[in-house]
Amino acid sequence: MRIDWIGKVQHLLQVLAFCLVVASIQYAFQPDRPYAPTTVYSLFIGLYTWAVIDLGRHLLPSSRETGWPQGVAGAGIVVAGILVGWFMGNASADRLCSLYGLYSGPPPDPVADRRNSILITILAGVTASYYFYAQNRGAYLERKMAEAHQHANEARLKLLETQLEPHMLFNTLANLRALIGVDPPRAQGMLDHMIAYLRATLDASRAATHTLKAEFDRLRDYLELMTVRMGPRLAYELRLPPELANHPVPALLLQPLVENSIQHGLEPKVEGGRITVSARREGEQLVLEVTDTGAGPKGDAASAKGFGMRQVRERLDTLHGDGASFDFAAAPGGGARTLLRLPF
Amino acid sequence: MTMTISRATALIAEDEPLLAQALRAELASAWSQLEVLATVGDGASAVTQALALRPDVLFFDIRMPGQSGLEAAAELADEWPHDQPFPALVFVTAYDQYAVQAFETQAVDYVLKPVQPARLRKTIAKVQDALAKRAQGASDIEATLGQLRNLLGQVAEPAPGTAQGPLKMLQVSVGTSIRMVPVEDVVYFEAADKYVRVLTAGHEYLIRTPLKELLPQLDAQRFWQVHRGTVVRADGIDSVTRDEAGKLHLVLRGRAEKLAVSRLYAHLFKAM
Repeated sequence: MRIDWIGKVQHLLQVLAFCLVVASIQYAFQPDRPYAPTTVYSLFIGLYTWAVIDLGRHLLPSSRETGWPQGVAGAGIVVAGILVGWFMGNASADRLCSLYGLYSGPPPDPVADRRNSILITILAGVTASYYFYAQNRGAYLERKMAEAHQHANEARLKLLETQLEPHMLFNTLANLRALIGVDPPRAQGMLDHMIAYLRATLDASRAATHTLKAEFDRLRDYLELMTVRMGPRLAYELRLPPELANHPVPALLLQPLVENSIQHGLEPKVEGGRITVSARREGEQLVLEVTDTGAGPKGDAASAKGFGMRQVRERLDTLHGDGASFDFAAAPGGGARTLLRLPF
Repeated sequence: MTMTISRATALIAEDEPLLAQALRAELASAWSQLEVLATVGDGASAVTQALALRPDVLFFDIRMPGQSGLEAAAELADEWPHDQPFPALVFVTAYDQYAVQAFETQAVDYVLKPVQPARLRKTIAKVQDALAKRAQGASDIEATLGQLRNLLGQVAEPAPGTAQGPLKMLQVSVGTSIRMVPVEDVVYFEAADKYVRVLTAGHEYLIRTPLKELLPQLDAQRFWQVHRGTVVRADGIDSVTRDEAGKLHLVLRGRAEKLAVSRLYAHLFKAM
């Protein structure tokens, strides 16, 4: 377990400052009581409560998102912190005050005093715990957002690399040059797909996600270009049910998978093959599938270790953790199949 | 006097149909007396068609499904009848980092895609020149073989993990266990589909690593490639014999079978 000790000191200082504020408020309500003992009690209770909660939470299994123990344990540690804080804090403060003569005799109404003290401890303990919890959670969400953006940018960069790869670029241009001579309208159509395909890397919004429709449109541009190049060796089908068209997905998530199907599945195979990309909903899951009838996985099916595959896997993991799955295997009828499951 | 051969036949191997068609059209306008006998879309068909049609010029795309243009040319050189002059070879490529570099220094010509008419005319002139020389009786299959050897060597992808020095042990899965086979016990390796057969004096194993990946991990001094799909341990060779057709065969120590040597690698076996 790695503990961020600078963070812990920061938390401690924040807790102590909070205790001073609590003591000041108490003093404001009871100006007849001396300030010093109230401050000492407040600081001690705060110190113990902090120690139990902030250090103790590392002993329990905590959630990846917030760093806090999950469920009952999370509430339990706050209760434990407040109890220990109140008893131990009071005991320590009692001793310190009598040692230094700060103790000014029993309060006029011990019962009310005790009740107030318990209430303040609970209130302050819960407030401070919630504050730190919310802070952790906020930091986590921010980090997650940054990661999602970073992954989307990586996906764009990867696509740019593919676009500029000499074999892809010059063969596409060579085909375009040939078409201009023999079939100008088809050349225009090809050029339109090429423009849309190139634009995908320059997407002005730079959003981490886009709709499934946008995702499938980008795949269509790429596959159209490849169809012109490969001729009858490539057939493809994109199946997107209309009700899923506006569902958001990580931008360009499927692009590397389709590229793999072309590069490692169809290109090495003399007779070529067929690529099918589909999206469907299964209960609370969105299932995305890329299947090809190409050469099939080389050697070990589990060794989907190329950069593209790894990136898709990492993206799913960052976004959904165990909620998403990635499965790459030989397809039943030959070729390869990649199955992605994301929470809907 | 420069003699120009203008009548000639050609074979085009290009997997992208539009590009094959375009090259054909460009050739028709730049070299009207060249007859394109056939257009094929993969390396294996290129070899069979070239052997069947015996064209004077070959235009081979480098990246093709199955066999690459380079591999197809190497195989063709091996199968080509000894008494026939080898065709003039032109590679067509979109740009292959290694290949273009290699071609710069080679007599084998290349054309970059998209094919530019001016550049193609230069290539045609070069090819016509080569055909003229060939007509005067200077068959240069040895030169072509040497160039192909160099190209294949330079285009070969560097294997990962070669920095740790040559491979010492092979880990072969046999049933549920893994057998450790010392590389020095291997008499030869033979490519078999996606696998490689490993043959020692008494055993035969199958490993999943393709020969292309295995080869760079072997000690080049001890293990020689003698054929597209065969790598043999040099000190496991007993003798080399030549048959009536001029082909070389290896007799091994410890194994009964004979191994054929590809023409591409025949230069390895010369009496001292």
